[in-house]
Amino acid sequence: MDYIIEMNNITKEFPGIKANDNITLKVKKGEIHALLGENGAGKSTLMSVLFGLYQPEEGNIKIRGQEVSINNPLDANELGIGMVHQHFKLVHNFTVLQNIILGVETTENGFLKMDIAKEKIISLSEKYNLSVDPDEIISDITVGMQQRVEILKMLYRDNEILILDEPTAVLTPQEIDELMGIMLKLVKEGKSIIFITHKLAEIKKVADRCTVIRRGKYIGVVNVKDTEIETMSEMMVGRKINLNIDKSESKPTDNVLEVRDLSIKSNREGHNKNIVDNVSFNVKRGEILCIAGIDGNGQTELIQAITGLIQSDSGQIILNGEDVTKKSIRYKNTHGLSHIPEDRHRYGLVLDYNLAENSILQQYFEPSFNKKGFLKQYNIKEYGEKLIKEYDIRTSQGIRTITRSMSGGNQQKLIVAREISRNPDILVAMQPTRGLDVGAIEYIHKQLVIERDKGNAVLLVSLELDEVMNLSDRILVIYKGAIVASLNPNNITTRELGLYMSGSKREG
Amino acid sequence: MSNPSQAFGGFITILTGALSYGFKGIGQIFYFATPIMLTGLSVGFAFKTGLFNIGASGQFIIGAYAGIYTSVAIKSIGPAHWVLALLASFVAGSLWALIPGLLKAYANVHEVISSIMMNYIGMYLVNYLVGNSSFLFDQKRNQSVPVPEYSQIPKMGLDKVFPGSSIHGGIIIAIIAVFIINIILNKTTFGYELKAVGYNRDASKYAGINEKKSIVLSMAIAGALAGLAGGLLYLAGSGKHIEIVDVIAAEGFTGISVALLGLSNPIGILFSALFIAYITEGGFYLQLYNFSPQVIEIIIAVIIYFSAFSLIIQSFVSRFNKRKGEKE
Repeated sequence: MDYIIEMNNITKEFPGIKANDNITLKVKKGEIHALLGENGAGKSTLMSVLFGLYQPEEGNIKIRGQEVSINNPLDANELGIGMVHQHFKLVHNFTVLQNIILGVETTENGFLKMDIAKEKIISLSEKYNLSVDPDEIISDITVGMQQRVEILKMLYRDNEILILDEPTAVLTPQEIDELMGIMLKLVKEGKSIIFITHKLAEIKKVADRCTVIRRGKYIGVVNVKDTEIETMSEMMVGRKINLNIDKSESKPTDNVLEVRDLSIKSNREGHNKNIVDNVSFNVKRGEILCIAGIDGNGQTELIQAITGLIQSDSGQIILNGEDVTKKSIRYKNTHGLSHIPEDRHRYGLVLDYNLAENSILQQYFEPSFNKKGFLKQYNIKEYGEKLIKEYDIRTSQGIRTITRSMSGGNQQKLIVAREISRNPDILVAMQPTRGLDVGAIEYIHKQLVIERDKGNAVLLVSLELDEVMNLSDRILVIYKGAIVASLNPNNITTRELGLYMSGSKREG
Repeated sequence: MSNPSQAFGGFITILTGALSYGFKGIGQIFYFATPIMLTGLSVGFAFKTGLFNIGASGQFIIGAYAGIYTSVAIKSIGPAHWVLALLASFVAGSLWALIPGLLKAYANVHEVISSIMMNYIGMYLVNYLVGNSSFLFDQKRNQSVPVPEYSQIPKMGLDKVFPGSSIHGGIIIAIIAVFIINIILNKTTFGYELKAVGYNRDASKYAGINEKKSIVLSMAIAGALAGLAGGLLYLAGSGKHIEIVDVIAAEGFTGISVALLGLSNPIGILFSALFIAYITEGGFYLQLYNFSPQVIEIIIAVIIYFSAFSLIIQSFVSRFNKRKGEKE
């Protein structure tokens, strides 16, 4: 009996929907087992069943060969199952130590005895190379470090089976590498890991076997070593996916956007370094210019300054030959600039508005939607329906769908549809595929290339190396607020690009 | 003390008391509903645009003062004098709300805090202004003088339909305001902007909307409605005067109840104001059964609690349904 977890023929039904339909998941002791599926395929439901949050209608669960019933997370904990959720469950103003022992405090006569716990944490941290300082406050440490605290939490509870739910979604490429190292170390020490993701490259890198589910159904289990990435992605999506974009050579013509000597000062106290430091570049018609960099190197601020969400401290922004540095967001919006924002919930959509209302967010005042201060309801409806049709946005109630209830992929499609339909001269896309599944990524990539081929400019900011390499015609690398390299994607390797991004290499 | 055996009779009285004097009673319902419909509209409109206007009381009393001042201190301009007085109420309420609006937009001061403070400032300021005025103050009764007839709101023939009641043209003005606000919120680009800012300030900024201006305007309109409510009540010529007491006007808080019960929807507010006026009036007759009329306030509070509960349950159920949808 070498399976540590067996979930046999699990069926979990919600009224009207079979979230899990006869799914089998078997995890061997000491392996990294990937659970692959698109958003909404039923991965989270399956894990919630294992974690005791839901009871399955059919099927059974065996842990170490014993059939068990898991009624709540405490039962799961008893059985040695621990989970790192996609959104961490940490108390932000507690220290690492306090967070880890929360719920399993060591006490003596009713008083907390932190010393024993602290020693155990330090030794665990050393054993697995986590380098976590137990006395640091959670809100002061990086997201990657917080994740390690979550992992430590499981180790501290002597969990044998670790479930990691989309652990790489929030990490930088370097942090991802480190996490992978930690995962390999953990399995070497005899832990078993269930790794939930939809990123194929990561599975290829660390996982031993991979179970694929699609729309609640079990598709199959494969040995990762013997399986091509393409095969896995086909199993996941149900059709062939081409993430290698076929695009012709770019034929850049005249400048659409010029940025000259742009600087933004840090407003954090005690920091006198510029967040964006003297950045100059231009974007031409018919090219995709990509700004690559690790998160937090000033690309967010740079894009916000270009689009007008924040003011720059010095420098010039020139759009179609006109200085728009001091112009309003509306002026830029109506003079050829479209913007797919980084945070689609915060900036991209008014989530409580319906699809049609969101589709005219920057155009509601234009003559096609506005007559003497009154909205032209009919035109708005038509426009929303046109976007749904042309961009294949899936909704439950058509244009009346409140965008909050739409899936992330469809929300993003709506934003992309809206921004492209405004016929911009330049499309600024900030991490347009973040958190989306492969199907949606493929779609958005295609749209960006189509924009380029129409003779418009695309300014893309991405943290994903593959996306940068595949899509761009020209790459600028941003590091600590400054452009450190201008590269041609045909002449460099992903590894080299990574070196520029981490600041270990600079252009002459 | 009241007797439990009278509870049923009391209950029937709450439900039917308002109608026991026929058309006079109905007229009274409209009379009571007029100011709370507008304060309710003020709170509801602000709420729809993402602001919690708890300062309707202050705007209400400032509006009332401006109305009375204009009608007493300014020489009559003829039969339209009441329009001028109402306009003064409208503007004064709007200016009073402008302060928390500006503070919110430009200094990030939460409007709940600042508008609560403006309630007190408004109340004491009006007490001071009335109490120290040679021509506004009726020393014997410790209240403001009656407004002259030429500046009272005309009955618009409603007193013929509902003889013996205090009804006046104000109810028509209030209902018109309800429809105007409804149109602004749902049909105009202006309302689209205000709601967008209310739902998501960042996304509105991204969309190129001047979100600071929107906040200030929302607050000013809400204040204008509450000010108008003050004008309509105190210029009605129904024997209502500003009394020099240290009590914040209840109409503002009743407005919150009205808005809650009407789900901040203008049309909903129209009916919830009529409903609350209806049972309030029924409550007066409770005294026949030895109940104190304050009981009705408790009942209104209970109704609002239960409507809030039903909403919580509703949103709970829909959230549950949505989750199921996501797990698909």
